[in-house]
Amino acid sequence: MRALIVGGGTTVYFLCRDFASKGHEVVVVNRDERECVRLARQLPATVVCGDGSDASVLGDAGARSADVVLALTPNDQDNLVICQLASLQFGVPRTLALANDPDNVAVLHKLGVPAFSMTDVVSTIIEQRATTDQITNLLPVGEGRVIVTEVRLDDASPALGRSLEDVALPANALVAAIMRDDDVIVPHGSSCLNSGDRLLLVTQPDNHAAVLRALTGERR
Amino acid sequence: MSSDTAPTEGGPAGATPTLYVVVVGCGRLGSRLASSLSRQGHSVVAIDNDPATFGDLATDFSGFRLEGDAAQLAVLREAKAPEADALIATTHDDNVNLMVAQVARNIFGVPHVLARVFDPKREEVYARLGIDTICPTTVAADLFLSSVTEGAARLRRAAP
Repeated sequence: MRALIVGGGTTVYFLCRDFASKGHEVVVVNRDERECVRLARQLPATVVCGDGSDASVLGDAGARSADVVLALTPNDQDNLVICQLASLQFGVPRTLALANDPDNVAVLHKLGVPAFSMTDVVSTIIEQRATTDQITNLLPVGEGRVIVTEVRLDDASPALGRSLEDVALPANALVAAIMRDDDVIVPHGSSCLNSGDRLLLVTQPDNHAAVLRALTGERR
Repeated sequence: MSSDTAPTEGGPAGATPTLYVVVVGCGRLGSRLASSLSRQGHSVVAIDNDPATFGDLATDFSGFRLEGDAAQLAVLREAKAPEADALIATTHDDNVNLMVAQVARNIFGVPHVLARVFDPKREEVYARLGIDTICPTTVAADLFLSSVTEGAARLRRAAP
């Protein structure tokens, strides 16, 4: 994959390092000359110095052959324009913008640019971690509209010994898999829940807490 | 229209209807536009993140001044942009103007939206998205060119 990343700071540095180590080709665009020199020294990546929302800079950075453009600058308006230029002018198939202002996730979506908010992602993780320590994994997908969670059932779970259809899960929530010992069970309504089971849950932000309550009980 | 008859919407035939106009960016261009529109009897809100720029508004400016970053949805809402008849984005940042213009047009449905864009390359792309832009560079270049060619023609005519 050829990724073009516009932005700077430690997040971009580690992201580039991670991408490069996975064998992806990375081009970084940054407008600060000194940061460019530093990034070029530290990363096995091509570094282009310039304004990423300038079409000629994007062109020089190889936007035409990029598979994905990530706009991670601290300004939402720049991230919007970078992604729009990338897709409109250079036909980049996938773009993703950082929305520094969480309100702008919806705004950018409506303007045709997929976006995510660090604040939303981090606050979701912190909130969920704070409510129960049985959550071992949590992944917001679909721009945070869907949450994939792994939950372990302990002896205090009100769902033990009951079948899934007896556990009153809220609508639009799913137990996608039960991991029991070495087995992975794709459950039916009649599948029973045991202590020690690890469940893979697919929920939404508005029913997530209720699903956790039904499976792990009231906590705190 | 005399200055003491405040125009009203749907007023007598022939009267210019009052427009509700949001001017984003109150620099030299924005303050001039906001002042002129206000003098013509329109309701104007001027937005800038630097309150010092409001000093550039004419002394008879009767509209609202709103301090804030127009790239934030909340600020445009506070300016009642969804109710505006027109929005003009004139900040010094092309990308702010382009974002504000798109939000006004595509999210708030403001009927008349204009953005100043300095970079002619960027202007072309956004023309394709249906965003009306004015590029000072292009406008000035056209004016200079026509002035130069007309001047040359006059010189030729004057030559013996």
